[in-house]
Amino acid sequence: MRIGVVTFPGSLDDGDAARAARLAGAEAVRLWHGDPDLHGVDAVVLPGGFSYGDALRCGAIARFAPVMESIIDAARGGLPVLGICNGFQILCEAHLLPGALTRNQHLHFRNRDQWLKVEATNTAWTNGFTADQEILIPVKNGEGCYVADSKTLDALEAEGRVIARYIKGNPNGSQRDIAGITNEAGNVVGIMPHPEHAVEALTGPSLDGLGFFTSVLRSLATDGQLAGGQQ
Amino acid sequence: MTTQPEKSSGFAATDVLATGSDEPDTVERAEKSPDELQPFADLGLKDDEYAKIRDILGRRPTASELAMYSIMWSEHCSYKSSKVHLKQFSEKAPKNTRMLAGIGENAGVVQISDTIAVTFKVESHNHPSYVEPYQGAATGVGGIVRDILAMGARPIAVMDPLRFGAHDHPDTARVLPGVVAGIGGYGNCLGLPNIGGEIVFDPCYQGNPLVNALSIGVLPVERLQKKEATGTGNIVVLLGARTGRDGIGGVSVLASATFAEDEAEQRRPSVQVGDPFMEKLLIESCLELYDAGLVSGIQDLGGAGLTCALTETAAAAGTGMRVWLERVPLREASMSPTEILASESQERMLLIVTPENLDAVLKVAEKWGVWATAIGEVTAAAEDGTPGRLLITWNDHTVVDVPPGSLADDGPIYNRPIREPNDIMLLQADRAETLPRPSTGDELRETVLRMAASPNLCDKTWVTEQYDRYVLGNTVLAQPEDSGVLRIDEKTGLGVALSVDGNGRFARLDPYEGAKLALAESYRNVAVTGAEPIAISDCLNFGSPEDPTVMWQFSEACRALADGCLELGTPVTGGNVSFYNQTGAAAIHPTPVVGTLGVFDDVARRIPMGFPKPAKPAGDLLFLLGETRVELSGSEWAWVTHNHLGGRPPKVDLAAEQALGKVMAKASKSGLVSAAHDLSDGGLAQVLVESTLRHEVGAKVTVPEDGNSAFVHLFSESASRVLVAVPRGHDKAFLALAAEHGVPVTPIGVTTEERVLQVEGQFSIPLDEVREAWSSTLRDLFGGTAELVNRNAEPETFPVPEKVTSVTLELNPQTPGGPITPQS
Repeated sequence: MRIGVVTFPGSLDDGDAARAARLAGAEAVRLWHGDPDLHGVDAVVLPGGFSYGDALRCGAIARFAPVMESIIDAARGGLPVLGICNGFQILCEAHLLPGALTRNQHLHFRNRDQWLKVEATNTAWTNGFTADQEILIPVKNGEGCYVADSKTLDALEAEGRVIARYIKGNPNGSQRDIAGITNEAGNVVGIMPHPEHAVEALTGPSLDGLGFFTSVLRSLATDGQLAGGQQ
Repeated sequence: MTTQPEKSSGFAATDVLATGSDEPDTVERAEKSPDELQPFADLGLKDDEYAKIRDILGRRPTASELAMYSIMWSEHCSYKSSKVHLKQFSEKAPKNTRMLAGIGENAGVVQISDTIAVTFKVESHNHPSYVEPYQGAATGVGGIVRDILAMGARPIAVMDPLRFGAHDHPDTARVLPGVVAGIGGYGNCLGLPNIGGEIVFDPCYQGNPLVNALSIGVLPVERLQKKEATGTGNIVVLLGARTGRDGIGGVSVLASATFAEDEAEQRRPSVQVGDPFMEKLLIESCLELYDAGLVSGIQDLGGAGLTCALTETAAAAGTGMRVWLERVPLREASMSPTEILASESQERMLLIVTPENLDAVLKVAEKWGVWATAIGEVTAAAEDGTPGRLLITWNDHTVVDVPPGSLADDGPIYNRPIREPNDIMLLQADRAETLPRPSTGDELRETVLRMAASPNLCDKTWVTEQYDRYVLGNTVLAQPEDSGVLRIDEKTGLGVALSVDGNGRFARLDPYEGAKLALAESYRNVAVTGAEPIAISDCLNFGSPEDPTVMWQFSEACRALADGCLELGTPVTGGNVSFYNQTGAAAIHPTPVVGTLGVFDDVARRIPMGFPKPAKPAGDLLFLLGETRVELSGSEWAWVTHNHLGGRPPKVDLAAEQALGKVMAKASKSGLVSAAHDLSDGGLAQVLVESTLRHEVGAKVTVPEDGNSAFVHLFSESASRVLVAVPRGHDKAFLALAAEHGVPVTPIGVTTEERVLQVEGQFSIPLDEVREAWSSTLRDLFGGTAELVNRNAEPETFPVPEKVTSVTLELNPQTPGGPITPQS
């Protein structure tokens, strides 16, 4: 299985996402923002960082990168895509996911080990977790406050598309403690905390982050049958 | 030689252009108008320095040349007051086979395996950070990172030792949040984990906060880069950001003079403005250029900008250089040649490349979206071996024609007068050991909590949460641990530990012992993790060198560090001197800050500081290594409870530090120790607070009955001590190990499942109470990170963030600048 990791100018956690993919047992393939070729990857990670220096708005320029045109098309066709932090912001800007990530309510960048509750386990990236599983993953962002109008939020909840919520404290003021969401098909997932930083006992607070990467391998192995939140 | 205050009013570079003419001041014009008055004094040059410039050139300098000399001969660039003292670091350097590059390079490089080297350096950005905290601190990070990059290394982490004025002074509420946000804003955006540092408050830093920045990088040994501009005909390429008017005169105006009261405001334009995104692209393009073997020489542009980079690269090679200044990409087209040469615009590097590699270099720059411009070429030295000249034209006007070495290497050297301050005897006689002490259990309990909540000892999460410590995925330990620990090689586990430490109060009481104590603490912080300390970098923060008593402090500190490093076998690989940290006649405490680098063959054996969880019902055994003496002078306790500074600092015994280090390294290799924490500020009491709170594991301690009171055991700051937790069953082996190295061991208790810190016969405090005291201080002072409450109701339409549920700096009417009222 080959997981592509995109490098935009200003991507920072791309190496970490690639390492996590490798540790989960996949082959990590580096994708370049200016190259629309996805090199036949089976899944894509949009990593954390400050693509294009967060110019204009986080993710607003990355969304127009040549590689994103291909990713947007492929995602609509079912390609599993995980957006972490800046990647989540890009997915929202690309309208693959609803809502937006705004400045943390307290206006500070915040890095801490954060407890989450996994709620949706029927997505391409979370099927390896058990429902309501509590996981510990680093969060680190300046603009991670998830907002959407109440209609959208109600719909996300009704359709089981909130994949994880912050518990034991909300680090950025996200509405309804939302840490991550998925699209209707369950193949596109955005999450603000960083699973790729919780994949090794030596360097992370837990190994919980590995579950996102092993999940996608499992869903790919079963030919995408698990991907599809609306079944 | 003079001890007159250096006067250097604002450096408006256009002022030094020839007046009454549209043309710049040229060499030709300088030759024709030898008597034209030049504003050298306004640029910080002395009469004799100006005379020397005329002597070197055989004519008066042009306006551009004058600006260049004033910058390169400034204290910041030339080390003219410190050089005579710093040379001890080389003269007394311990024998060492690891060092690949040392003092005088952009940063020292130390080999840590057959194939891998690391480079690290600590630098100051004090003055700019006072004037403009956010940009000053941000560009401090940017500058040190480029130094690391220039050696051929990939920068992999940063650390920030910070010192501010009184915690409750209104200006601290302006400076601290800005500095922290600047460090975070720049470092986070570069993708560099921030793995440690210091945050110290003391009124002596009120008008002179110390913002030091350390960076470390890693490189394959063969990728080491040189700065020499070798190879006649090679092309000089300017890579990175365009050149603007920011930071003009930064080193000469800001960093090489004392501010009068209220002067900071006017100096704001001298502070550079950072763009971390550009720096990230610059890092990636440089690394790609190195790996492709496209670079013959490289130098970063920092203080003194192009002037420094051009003269240093040429001087190092003995070559000359021909530069066409109008080719430099500008942010503002109207910049004069002098401004272009003096600009300290950030995120720029100077490359020397062979003509055949030029296209490939430009292609890499284009890939990363970075400007790259050929601005000149390397010219030959004279046939008789005389170094070449730096010839700079601007639109066909020759504005500079100088021997580069005269700027880079032949600056003035001062042996400034030195005088031991009159007050030092009185100060040392006023000992803290005679102050009234708490004695009852209740008093001790109250003191532990009060100390834990004090600004220098309290939880620093408010600051460190604003830094990314995870990025790059190799951070094994980060703040609040004793050292930052990084994995360098994923295959072998090869790793490094780094700690930066200083203690201005100790150095004020005795600069020699104080500097050694800083070195000892930094060494110990690295050693307690199990790493082997191998080299240091230092940042020497002092007042005005024109004050003989400050120069005495400086000379004592240098002598101490040179002596200490020789004894410990840890060479000084480089560093930085920051003078003029004083407002009017009031200098800061002398503050030498030492960064120690240590190595692990396998970083998995690092020893953390927190008592491990879950504590078995029986708990781990706690041992105190080292000797506790009645040493309270200069201590945090004397400062917090009596506002007292006097007496002599604790005794330093570097042989004891080395023995301690050996015990810790061996204990780490054989897995005998589950946690270890160095004793320094706040003594044993503070160590117990921090090690219990780390993982919410309690401790039950009995103070030894050796004649010293419980108070002395808890709050003395004797050096060379470490608290270790030893799992049961390992205690015999551990005791034997300590005995083998002659390190005194005192059993003092056990860790407990019960979440309580108790000192038998004295007091007991639930950890929740300890945490509340320890963790609320900075939050209460600077606001902004109170827990957010989830809102259940959202508006139907897209919401404007409603009432902020926490107090934020930006919205807090008390800050910035306003008076602080205690929050109830």
